[in-house]
Amino acid sequence: MIGRHKHCIALADYSREEILEVLDLAVSMKEVLRRPIKKVPSLRGRSIVNLFFEASTRTRSSFEIAAKTLSADLLNWTASASSVTKGETLIDTARNLEAMRPDVLVIRHAAGGAPRLVAEHVGCAVVSAGDGAHEHPSQGLLDCFTLREKLGTLEGKTVAIVGDISHSRVARSDLHSMPKLGAKMRLCGPPTMIPAGVEALGATVHYDLREAVEGADAIVMLRIQHERIGDPLIPGTREYSKFWGLNAKKAAEWLKPSCVILHPGPVNRGVELSPEVADGPHSVILDQVQNGVAVRMAILYLLAGGTESEAKA
Amino acid sequence: MNAAEIERLVRRIGKDVAERAQGAGAGHDLAIVGIRRGGVHLAQRLRRELGRTLGAEPPLGTLDIALYRDDLANQGAAPVIGPTDIPFPIQGKTILLVDDVLYTGRTVRAALDEIVDFGRPRRVWLAVLVDRGGRELPIAADFAGARLECADGDDVQVQLVEGGAAEDAVIVKPGRRS
Amino acid sequence: MSDVIFIEGGRVIDPASGVDGVRTVVLRDGRVAEVAERVERPRDARAVDARGRWVTPGFIDLHVHLREPGQEYKETVATGAAAAGAGGFTSVCAMPNTRPVNDNASGTALGLARAAQAGLARVYPVGAISKGSAGEELAEYGELQAAGCVALSDDGRPVMNAGLMRRALEYAKAFGLPLTVHEEDLHLVGKGVMHEGPVATRLGLKGIPAQAEEVMILRDLALLELTGGRLHVAHVSTRGSVRAIRDAKRRGLPVTAEVTPHHLALTDEDVAASGYGTDYKMNPPLRSADDVQACREALADGTIDAIATDHAPHSAVEKDLEFDAALNGIVGLETAFPVCLALVKQGHLGERRLVEALTRSPASAFGLPGGTLARGAPADVAILDPAAEWVVDPGRLRSKSRNTPWKGKRLAGRCTHTIVNGRIVYEEGRSER
Repeated sequence: MIGRHKHCIALADYSREEILEVLDLAVSMKEVLRRPIKKVPSLRGRSIVNLFFEASTRTRSSFEIAAKTLSADLLNWTASASSVTKGETLIDTARNLEAMRPDVLVIRHAAGGAPRLVAEHVGCAVVSAGDGAHEHPSQGLLDCFTLREKLGTLEGKTVAIVGDISHSRVARSDLHSMPKLGAKMRLCGPPTMIPAGVEALGATVHYDLREAVEGADAIVMLRIQHERIGDPLIPGTREYSKFWGLNAKKAAEWLKPSCVILHPGPVNRGVELSPEVADGPHSVILDQVQNGVAVRMAILYLLAGGTESEAKA
Repeated sequence: MNAAEIERLVRRIGKDVAERAQGAGAGHDLAIVGIRRGGVHLAQRLRRELGRTLGAEPPLGTLDIALYRDDLANQGAAPVIGPTDIPFPIQGKTILLVDDVLYTGRTVRAALDEIVDFGRPRRVWLAVLVDRGGRELPIAADFAGARLECADGDDVQVQLVEGGAAEDAVIVKPGRRS
Repeated sequence: MSDVIFIEGGRVIDPASGVDGVRTVVLRDGRVAEVAERVERPRDARAVDARGRWVTPGFIDLHVHLREPGQEYKETVATGAAAAGAGGFTSVCAMPNTRPVNDNASGTALGLARAAQAGLARVYPVGAISKGSAGEELAEYGELQAAGCVALSDDGRPVMNAGLMRRALEYAKAFGLPLTVHEEDLHLVGKGVMHEGPVATRLGLKGIPAQAEEVMILRDLALLELTGGRLHVAHVSTRGSVRAIRDAKRRGLPVTAEVTPHHLALTDEDVAASGYGTDYKMNPPLRSADDVQACREALADGTIDAIATDHAPHSAVEKDLEFDAALNGIVGLETAFPVCLALVKQGHLGERRLVEALTRSPASAFGLPGGTLARGAPADVAILDPAAEWVVDPGRLRSKSRNTPWKGKRLAGRCTHTIVNGRIVYEEGRSER
């Protein structure tokens, strides 16, 4: 359980305290990752299934390392290669996997709401590894974790999210978590990539990059998906990069020295971030990768069965 | 048990450990690891005692064994996991593992598993303030301040305050006998 | 029909003949014989005690999908007509998007034959605007009309080609057939699955802007101005659509419109509240609270003429899916009356206007018989208990499908008897499944 939740599907449903529960535990999990033997036995005998309907090597691997560090058994189920092509429905697939008695089902799906549909039909805990443009809760939590680590706190900090907000589940999970920790949010991108009514999620909208990033304590740069080009959301990457990409010159002129840059990866170098910025002093992109494992360990640990350290000696 | 008695016990454990360490030629590669949370204060006091006797305070680490417990399935409540901090190489060290109360031995079992994941110590000794009996595993204390005969349901609480104080106490609350 | 039915003690609401009060209704030989305060009960009559109930003309639904031929696993003409009866509907207009599409006389004849066999509600086929509803060539309207079609529609799809739409409006004039149009600009819809706005943004679902509907209505109203003829706008769902239709009516254009019970009762927030519930997925999508308010006002003031259910049965195979993948539509015949009656109780609609929108208005929009209890009218009657509360159990619906957002909900208002052509086709508690 994470607070009241049996599942980790949407940070929209999580309170500040529930978010902090995961983030605090992730600090201990990160320490485990620094040990000479990066393995603890706490989820020994538990099984976790990675059910990915969309290719995503990095998120899948991150959950895999998290599970294995906790000694859980892990099965990778790549859906495209199996049942989907045979006409099996999502509910059928989930029920079949459930018959294997996993403790946690980690699901990535192109349709918003798919993990919730699965959770309604299985008995085990369900963790969303991203559903359509809805949410990517573990990414939102690792972004919060990284900002807490780098900035000390999110209280009173300003975070700018730049890119294709309309298609971004990362943006939504950030928007559903960071303000609960006290952050002020700015959204920036071409108007075609700003979804209708997004201000209702508690953010200001900017079309001008400089206006969005000046004075910001952190910037989340989103990946521009190549299939959006000519969607027709934007005419091309060259113009996008000119107006909404960050290069070394803009970073030097506009960013606070302490500003950190996050990116959920993989980076389109030369589009949303120039290589100098992606690898430069502001970038915490590689920290995010390790923090992602720690945060996912915390999620899996909490959902696969809790324990308490206060007990008889 | 009151503060003065506890202070006496801690000194005695410290003296015994120092003698044993010197006898084993381990005076220089001794390190202390306190088991969170009850063992941590005791470990800090023993470190001061050993510093006086050996001339230098041995390095100190803390261990949280929550991730090594064998009863995850039985626990419903949210876990509280504190930091594990071993700021020195374990390899080849004589480790003095410290806890406040020794009971079933399961915590010590978990701590031993965790320690070896940090490296291969030369040896591990176990020091506790109170050995209350009731072992469920073949584990024994090398140094015990006091040995109490307690019934299974009894609750043995050790209160230790940072730096030592008058409030220090060992309290035995009888459990419900059935 | 030699049977005589004597309905006594009920409150007769018949907006077409201006009656609203306790009356006795006598049906004889398939016709309304008499509606009066005091009538001698004929000796051979079957008496129906309607005390505490409403007695209205049988409801007329301008927009249902009966799925036969081609998708009989969802619904057949017989099960659809039974569902109509259970909801108080005595006439339904069956949209042509069957498989194959009803774009010729033989398709129309098949539907009518099935309806005759079922002997329940009157089924009026709607023929296709274009062959195969492909939006390329006109279907044969004269032949469709001769076979029994009462209107034309490519429902389920818009007529995207404005040139074809112009010719369809013009050509249909020769036969006096109304065109009932499903209005959405497919380019603006894109891959949208719900109403575009803050809720869709929060849920991460692709949005369909209200303007996708509005630009097409505005286009067709402009064409109507050019061509004349008769245009009926199906399932109006937005404030902008209402504004356009209101303006067109004010200018005297020959346009009528319908709204569904769900677009009067539910909003896009219900999609979120249901947790991506696919019984809340339909086309047009559930709109904002402001759009719903506009539709309620438009129905009350007559800008929107009729209530039509857009009864769209789908099987679990097509609904127990990801929201993106689920098909659009819900069944509506058996819940329409209580859902709309709730609007009356909330003060959005008068009782008489509600009955009118289910009877006289749809009859006049398509020129159908019925919709009134005037002497000599077809003996099509609904008897309704406005106070009866019931919980919607999809397993007990007469429709073959169970895709209803009112699953498990408590509703007030229930049809107790439905009479078609002087014959009781539905009686609460008596009809078998």
